[in-house]
Amino acid sequence: MATLNHYLVLSAILFAIGTAGVFVRRNLITIFLSIEIMLNAVNLTFVAFGRSLGVADGQIIVFFVMTVAAAEAAVGLAIVIALFRHRETLNPDSWTALKW
Amino acid sequence: MIFYVFAAIAVVASLLVIAQRNPIYSVLLLIASFGALSGLYVLLDAPFIAVIQIIVYAGAIMVLFLFVVMLLNAPHEDVERDEYTHTHRGAPGDVAPPQLLVATLSMRLGAVLAVALVVELVWALGRGESEFGVAAVSSVSAIGHLLFTDYSFAFEVTSILILVAMVGAVVLARREAS
Amino acid sequence: MRPLLIAQIGLTLFVFIMLLNSAAVMVYVERKVAAFLQQRVGPYRVGWQGVLQPLADIVKLLFKEELRPKAADAFLFALAPIISATCAFAAFSVVPFGAETTLGGLLPEALALQVADVNVAILVVFAIASMSVYGIVLAGWSSNSKYSLLGGLRSSAQMISYELSYGLALASVLVVANSLSLTEIVNRQAGAWFGVIPRWFVFLQPVAFLIYLTAGIAETNRAPFDFPEAEQELVAGYHTEYSSMSFAMFFLAEYVNMVTVSAVATNLFLGGWHGPFLPEYLGWIWFLIKVGAILFFYVWTRWTLPRYRYDQLMAFGWKVLLPVAVINLIVTAAGVLYFEL
Repeated sequence: MATLNHYLVLSAILFAIGTAGVFVRRNLITIFLSIEIMLNAVNLTFVAFGRSLGVADGQIIVFFVMTVAAAEAAVGLAIVIALFRHRETLNPDSWTALKW
Repeated sequence: MIFYVFAAIAVVASLLVIAQRNPIYSVLLLIASFGALSGLYVLLDAPFIAVIQIIVYAGAIMVLFLFVVMLLNAPHEDVERDEYTHTHRGAPGDVAPPQLLVATLSMRLGAVLAVALVVELVWALGRGESEFGVAAVSSVSAIGHLLFTDYSFAFEVTSILILVAMVGAVVLARREAS
Repeated sequence: MRPLLIAQIGLTLFVFIMLLNSAAVMVYVERKVAAFLQQRVGPYRVGWQGVLQPLADIVKLLFKEELRPKAADAFLFALAPIISATCAFAAFSVVPFGAETTLGGLLPEALALQVADVNVAILVVFAIASMSVYGIVLAGWSSNSKYSLLGGLRSSAQMISYELSYGLALASVLVVANSLSLTEIVNRQAGAWFGVIPRWFVFLQPVAFLIYLTAGIAETNRAPFDFPEAEQELVAGYHTEYSSMSFAMFFLAEYVNMVTVSAVATNLFLGGWHGPFLPEYLGWIWFLIKVGAILFFYVWTRWTLPRYRYDQLMAFGWKVLLPVAVINLIVTAAGVLYFEL
């Protein structure tokens, strides 16, 4: 029987995997995918807590998080396309103009 | 039992997402992970969110990612030969062994931090038990009711947000009119 | 084992085999109807009146050599037809095709003629339909050929665009029916007004019915929206490089998708298994008749209307169908509120 803690631990593991992906990978698209993993881990936490409290608020917040994630993915990928057109690479280390 | 199956699929697929070189395989593995998460939502008595996860995340956002990867013909990430990341690394003809994916110091630090995060979270959450004692609220009409009464402002603002994102995405990805 | 469990497993197998058979029957029906529309005879040599023609087709496809282009991505090339076929079959799993039955008293309690009875059934159909885009786009990409890639991208863009109108047409029916479960929606259409006109939702929502059918035709990549797989335009679009059973998988997926769209349209708009003269437990006969009528309409449209060009197709989906669907939803919601339905 899966208790609340099971879901929270799973969500923590997924969030950590997403964070590791953002740090480790040097490809813009994969960094975006890792951000999506993190958002999904957070969604799982919300739904688990909503279920344990017996209210529907968790699901509603997940609804909004998904919408915001969709909007963010759309704009972020548009930026990636625009960046790719300038330098033919997806490596984030190639844009260092703001480094001191 | 089923929880462990879905959880294992989600974790393994997410690990493979960040370990894969080919971005198309990463996107497909992430879709598999989303499917497993959708199954977990069903176990949590949230069938509406489970289906919305498939429709929105796996069916729309990931298609967007796939299109972008195909449009840009995203190259395989080449850790060793990348002239931006590793300017002092090895001779030009070196072949990269797979374990050098966590080669540089910053990458090692990032991986260590992630492992520390997991250990700390698992320790913090591993104490105490709590069963799902209360009844679930899972009907779509209950969600709809809450959405249009308590959260109606957020709902309307989200619709404007999506409109802004649509217009922004079209403008940003447009070719320069030359 | 409990008899209900055996009956449930038997029902699942039955639905699966019937879907396979329906694809075979559709192959024959399509060729015969096309022939009669074009004033010729169609298949007539294999079996009486050509009835064994689908069998001949399948045998031919089975014996063909399975080719794979050398530069194609092997894993994705093999995965794409699997995704298409799986999503096509999975979408039918929540569609009910008859009233609850106890098989003449053999079962202790009633068994719904539905593989899985979920209370968000419409959304599940929609979700699985949106997953079938991946089969096509991966087929186009993994074939590593320009016709396939163009066909795959165009086809998936078309499917995504028409999903919006599809969903809005579904939403209009939901507003009237007040439930997401297909069984409940069908049961709300039982009975008749004045004893003559059946209480079908097509009379309450004619615009939504037309939008749904149009979007359904576009979703299944059938004419007049079949530009991405048209023979004259793109060789064969996203399945150019496929042969033998993989090709058969794509066509199986297309026909089963047609059957699913027709079945869902029947349940949502045409009253499902309710009809006059027949008792309740024979309702599946009415269901078959209605689904057959919509499938005939599908084939009829294909061989009558000319094909839309791709930009015309996308313009139609976004500039005509979507606004009409939105306005229909608003008017429906206003009507339900006013008439206190």
